[in-house]
Amino acid sequence: MTPMQKLLQLPVNAMNMVKTAQDQMGQQDEAKSPVMTPDGGNHNWYNGEPNDPRHIRFGSGGGDQEERAHLEEGGGSLSSLVTQPLRHDDLKEMLDSNKDSLKLEAMKRIVAMIARGKNASDLFPAVVKNVACKNIEVKKLVYVYLVRYAEEQQDLALLSISTFQRGLKDPNQLIRASALRVLSSIRVTIIVPIMMLAIKEAASDMSPYVRKTAAHAIPKLYSLDPEQKDCLIEVIEKLLADKTTLVAGSVVMAFEEVCPERIDLIHKNYRKLCNLLIDVEEWGQVVIINMLTRYARTQFLNPNMNESLLEEGGGEKAFYGSDNDDDTDDEEDKEEKEKKKTEATAIVKRKPYVMDPDHRLLLRNTKPLLQSRNAAVVMAVAQLYFHLAPKAEVGVIAKALVRLMRSHSEVQYVVLQNVATMSIKRRGMFEPYLKSFYIRSTDPTQIKVLKLEVLTNLANETNISTILREFQTYIKSNDKDFVAATIQAIGRCATNIGEVRDTCLNGLVQLLSNRDELVVAESVVVIKKLLQMQPEQHSDIIKHMAKLTDNIQVPMARASILWLIGEYCEHVPKIAPDVLRKMAKTFTNEEDIVKLQIINLAAKLYLTNSKQTKLLTQYVLNLAKYDQNYDIRDRARFIRQLIVPTDKSGALSKYAKKLFLALKPAPVLESPFKDRDHFQLGSLSHLLNAKAGGYQVLPDWPEAAPDPSVRNVEVPEWTKCSSREKRKEKKADKPFYSDSEGESGPTESADSASDTASGSESGSGSEESGSGSESEESNEESESASEEDEEEEGKKKKKNVEKIKARKPVPESESEPSSGEDVKKSEKKSKPRIGSSESESEEDNDSESESSESEEEESEEESEEETKKKKKTTASKPPSKPPKKENKKEKKEMSLLDFDDFDPAPSPSQVTPLNNFLSSSLVTDLEGLSLTDNVLSPTTIIPSGNLKTYELLHRITGEGLSVEYCFSRQPFSPDPHMVAVKIQFTNSATSEAKSLHVEDAKLQSGMRIKEFPEIEVLPAGETVSVVMGIDFCDSTQAANFQLCTHTRKFFVSIQPPVGELMMPIFMTENEFKKEQEMLLQSLGQLMGMNEITEKLTLEEKCQGEHAVVQRVTTAANLSRVPCGSDKECRFAGKTVTSGSLVLVSVVTKEDGAAQLTVNCEKMVIGTMLVKDILQALTQ
Amino acid sequence: MINSLFLINPSGEMFLEKHWKSVVSRSVCDYFLEAKEKALEPEDVPPVIHTPHHYLISIYRDKLFFLSVIQTEVPPLFVIEFLHRVAEMIQDYFGECSETVVKDHMVMVYELLEEMLDNGFPLATESNVLKEMIRPPTILRSVVNTLTGTSNVGDTLLTGQLSTIPWRRAGVRYTNNEAYFDVVEEIDAILDQSGTTVFAEIQGVVEACVKLSGMPDLTLSFMNPRLLDDVSFHPCVRYKLWESERVLSFIPPDGNFTLMTYHVNAQNLVAIPVYVKQSISFFECGSDGRLDVTVGPKQTMGKTVEGVMVTVHLPKTILSINLTATQGSYTYDNGTKLLVWDIGKLNPQKLPNLRGSLSLQAGAPKPEENPSLNIDLKIQQLAISGLKVNRLDMFGEKYKPFKGVKYITKAGKFQVLTITASINKYT
Repeated sequence: MTPMQKLLQLPVNAMNMVKTAQDQMGQQDEAKSPVMTPDGGNHNWYNGEPNDPRHIRFGSGGGDQEERAHLEEGGGSLSSLVTQPLRHDDLKEMLDSNKDSLKLEAMKRIVAMIARGKNASDLFPAVVKNVACKNIEVKKLVYVYLVRYAEEQQDLALLSISTFQRGLKDPNQLIRASALRVLSSIRVTIIVPIMMLAIKEAASDMSPYVRKTAAHAIPKLYSLDPEQKDCLIEVIEKLLADKTTLVAGSVVMAFEEVCPERIDLIHKNYRKLCNLLIDVEEWGQVVIINMLTRYARTQFLNPNMNESLLEEGGGEKAFYGSDNDDDTDDEEDKEEKEKKKTEATAIVKRKPYVMDPDHRLLLRNTKPLLQSRNAAVVMAVAQLYFHLAPKAEVGVIAKALVRLMRSHSEVQYVVLQNVATMSIKRRGMFEPYLKSFYIRSTDPTQIKVLKLEVLTNLANETNISTILREFQTYIKSNDKDFVAATIQAIGRCATNIGEVRDTCLNGLVQLLSNRDELVVAESVVVIKKLLQMQPEQHSDIIKHMAKLTDNIQVPMARASILWLIGEYCEHVPKIAPDVLRKMAKTFTNEEDIVKLQIINLAAKLYLTNSKQTKLLTQYVLNLAKYDQNYDIRDRARFIRQLIVPTDKSGALSKYAKKLFLALKPAPVLESPFKDRDHFQLGSLSHLLNAKAGGYQVLPDWPEAAPDPSVRNVEVPEWTKCSSREKRKEKKADKPFYSDSEGESGPTESADSASDTASGSESGSGSEESGSGSESEESNEESESASEEDEEEEGKKKKKNVEKIKARKPVPESESEPSSGEDVKKSEKKSKPRIGSSESESEEDNDSESESSESEEEESEEESEEETKKKKKTTASKPPSKPPKKENKKEKKEMSLLDFDDFDPAPSPSQVTPLNNFLSSSLVTDLEGLSLTDNVLSPTTIIPSGNLKTYELLHRITGEGLSVEYCFSRQPFSPDPHMVAVKIQFTNSATSEAKSLHVEDAKLQSGMRIKEFPEIEVLPAGETVSVVMGIDFCDSTQAANFQLCTHTRKFFVSIQPPVGELMMPIFMTENEFKKEQEMLLQSLGQLMGMNEITEKLTLEEKCQGEHAVVQRVTTAANLSRVPCGSDKECRFAGKTVTSGSLVLVSVVTKEDGAAQLTVNCEKMVIGTMLVKDILQALTQ
Repeated sequence: MINSLFLINPSGEMFLEKHWKSVVSRSVCDYFLEAKEKALEPEDVPPVIHTPHHYLISIYRDKLFFLSVIQTEVPPLFVIEFLHRVAEMIQDYFGECSETVVKDHMVMVYELLEEMLDNGFPLATESNVLKEMIRPPTILRSVVNTLTGTSNVGDTLLTGQLSTIPWRRAGVRYTNNEAYFDVVEEIDAILDQSGTTVFAEIQGVVEACVKLSGMPDLTLSFMNPRLLDDVSFHPCVRYKLWESERVLSFIPPDGNFTLMTYHVNAQNLVAIPVYVKQSISFFECGSDGRLDVTVGPKQTMGKTVEGVMVTVHLPKTILSINLTATQGSYTYDNGTKLLVWDIGKLNPQKLPNLRGSLSLQAGAPKPEENPSLNIDLKIQQLAISGLKVNRLDMFGEKYKPFKGVKYITKAGKFQVLTITASINKYT
């Protein structure tokens, strides 16, 4: 505190003033402020105030009228005061009055003045007195005023500081935050130490909102006093470690402004930032993505390093290429594959490049943001992909960028600039969207020109004819600038694409007869450039152009023609001298640029054809000699010396011909956007093509990747888990509004005042999900949604909510960014875990997930130790813990840990089977399991007898051939992701049917068909069965195809009932429950998404366990989960294509009442399945 | 980031300024005004202008320029997007965004700007949050409190900023719980002279008006989500669920918001609801011409086409026109050469027709450019792409909401190209 006090030793006068102000306001507490120590300062700044000349100056200054007008609209009663020159006196009077309404009115008028840009600084003393005003609205406006003028009136501004300092200690987080916000916005150098202290304190505040404000304050302080950099970096480092989405964006912004070069600070937070990204607010996302792009450029290897190699390794390429239609599960799956591949390559050492998993993480987590409504976010992701992604993956951004083109014209402008740069490097990416760049007559000119640029970049041999046709319509436009740009674009297309050069040239020549001179001129210039490439073949064009000199007046065009004729005078030997003759006539009236070219032409002709042109040349040179422009005079003199041989002429004249008629290289028509991508795309610097202040250069890829282990995070060991899958799926789960629980915790406790609605709801929500999953254990405690139990349930919930609230402070201390000391951890372990703290543990797990494998292997030894420790704690746990529910949770938690620890070796392939029921996204695991499934399938009840058959082709329409099909429910061996369909052909015709096969499948995207082998002959009266596989992509869309015989084709379609889209898997009762719980939790706290519950009354015949099992398994291809009670039946399966779990349970009660619960990640499947099973059970 | 903001009217007056960092003199706008003078149309002013010490990024919207002053590197789209949010915020608060509205609510706009940015970095841009802090003018502002005051006031008011669902304010209560969704589709198309589609696509947007109590968690599913080629969402939508299931799952903001925008790219499959027969011709000799336009319904799925309007920019050399319309009325502005024919409802039995003569300036050559017709139309209760909402489910709350879906099809940038034929008067 001492430095602050010292700093704030205020002049006596100031103190007095404050006192008078206080007297007026009747506020005594101000005087108690410790910082207001009197001091014998000799400042006299306040004395002169009433007669201050400034007042008069401002009073009579400009803007008088407007001000008056405003006052009149403001308050009529006060208009009498307005007329006086010291107008602001009335405002002062109002501010000094006791009435809040008057103060408010005065402040509003003052703020309106500020908004209009009028000077209101002379009111500072009067306004600042009100900083402690009780009326909130007045206070707020005073703040607004203060922030605007404090910089100009530093001494007076100090008066307000104590108010804010008190605010910083307020129990309410919002007041703390706003106090810090205003304090840091006052740009007064003298309070830098106070700000520093305040920021440091706020950075470790309990409330994330205050921490966010602290992050915002950092750049403010930095701009005020750059000396504080080191201290600020410490704060930034601390805040970077923050786990809340609220803080992430702001702190990265501070990082970018204060210390963008300290890339090392990001290492430890990299994975966390990637994972939080999707939940950060939009503006923060932009900043984070841009920063991570730079980071990735320093830390990872160039994925396109071995482009050619990648292309060779077909497998690898397909793997990247297929990335587009993935869903997240697939991606994880792929990462797994990639991992395996890594191992493989390590041995073979054939493909040297393997993408760092962290690199992949970044790409994967940013991709969904392409769907953001915020153009800046989309652009940020697009540039990230452009700069970081493997070539084959960059394509995904094209669609999103094209979408932005339908936005406001300013957005279009920026996006088109970037697309123009991208399209040079990656033309193929935008080719499918060619038409989106077509120009509309309503586009502003700058947009038209940019679109033209893109179209030109996209032009290639295949699309050039369409583009040229489009260009032809543009040439007729009203907008002349645009027409000129179009002609240039045609020229560029012609140079780039040899095939169309002649066509373009012809087109341009036709334009030479256009009525519009500008068009003609532009064409001439472009033709000139084109002709330079192959002049021999085009002497007739040159002749044509020579004729134009009579008409064209545009200097640039005339000059171009003359240059052409001079350059290729040998091709037009007869015309050239004639042109010179004409030009010599008009020489004096030409523009300078044309004159220069006339001299040029004369010189060239003199060298090649001196007989005819000698005199003309002399004449022209003489004219030039007396020209007004010294450039022309100089040129004439120079050329005369050079070409006309005299005795004094130097050695150079021998080489005159070589000098003038050397073969000149054809100009390269290049896009102005070429090589602009050395600037980070989407940046201001890129747009301006010049480095803007504060631009951080996008570094080149490193030669060798820096050590990836720097990103490993120190993890509390006790929960470290050894399986990759688990960690990964946690990661995937997280982004669904992940932190709502974990974060609202501290928030709620910070305000001891009444909880917000959302807080209590989310608490009860999580409880519900807990109880929902346990309900299977005992029948009475059925689903939370069921009405019978609602009362009871409600009570319980209430209790639990209370409990949660009571517990809250404890978990909060955990989430505090504390370094993991063992003591604390073991304490935590022995603490009973209540239901609601579940989410918390998840968060913990998540942070671990950031640890990498390498570290894990090192820690294997440790983990054994942990195991022991854990066992100890398990044992030491008092067995009679609070309610039964909680006990269960606990057990589950423990078993989860035990499994991990007993796992002998953490190699992924071995882990999978054990771990499978712990994971919620089971794809990878189930794939590993598919063999086992088949072995276990005998336990499944396959109602083989009552397989339902459907008709595919009726005997009559099939002209004797009838076809039926059924879902055989056997695994389809060639491809496990396909549903096996057994097709039975019966030939009831008199003749035999030949070559029965499938043709021309019309499938929804993603669906696949594995045809049955062709049946060569089906004799009359015979029946034959074949099996084909269809991958329905987990949808009930029909697969349409043609069934062909040697004579006919029949259109047929197979539509699967939803129950056939799955295959049974074997599970124990416990596994089933765990899975069910997992499914419920996989969406964060939002239950209900994956669970559908229906009540029903069983039909009479259907009562009894066996009947239920029979009917359910008929309706859907599921296997029964063995269980003790005959009141409940559970069934498990997974969808064939994606392997998502499908869990069904039917709980029967008295009188045939029953409840059906279906849990499935795929909501659509779940909903449809419920319908089907309901029907099966109630019919 | 953003240093200052100036609002400038078309005549170049700066009527509002706000600085978030040190004050930047308004003379910086001179560079902008200069560029504005040069540009023919306000839309042609470059959005980014480089001055010796600053960068000026501006947008033109609702006849106002929003000009921001930047000092260091910042993604231009970041600023542009923010400026549009400012305009939307003004629109949202005061019903329209115009110079008079801003001048009338100067103090409130200034306060809003103060809240939207902190030190030039966006702080609160969600209208739900802003409205908690600063009430729109219609409500008595007696309870408004943002910065300090008794703790309970601050608590209840600012919670929006604290939650991880910043777009929704807490403690929403309604007696009638309703959720309305408007599926609005716009056809962007270019038809050539013969009526064939050169280019057609459908832009759609789902506008929502959700007035539900508490924290409802909604799930909206479509009958045919495969139609959607490209989508973008309000931040409340869970991306992953869309990726995997093609359902929109979200906790909605309170009030009106744009839930999603989408794009249907069916190229030739886009049903074009009207056809236009037109001919604009000029006589080979003399200075006269003829114009004949007929509009008729084509693929309308049995719905009536309303609000049909044809706009033509006639060639500059036209002196006067003399036309008759069989339906609706036309206006012609000789200064801008803009012909607007307001037809109204389209009657398939009696097709509206506009025909008459054009006269050119004496001696002026026959115009070369082909004016294109811009068509405006509206079809109620039809989404031209065939998109249909399947169902809306609500989780997390117990009450039963009233749900409604409305479909509208409009013409977006709908152009018909023409050829000006020349005819010989005497044949």
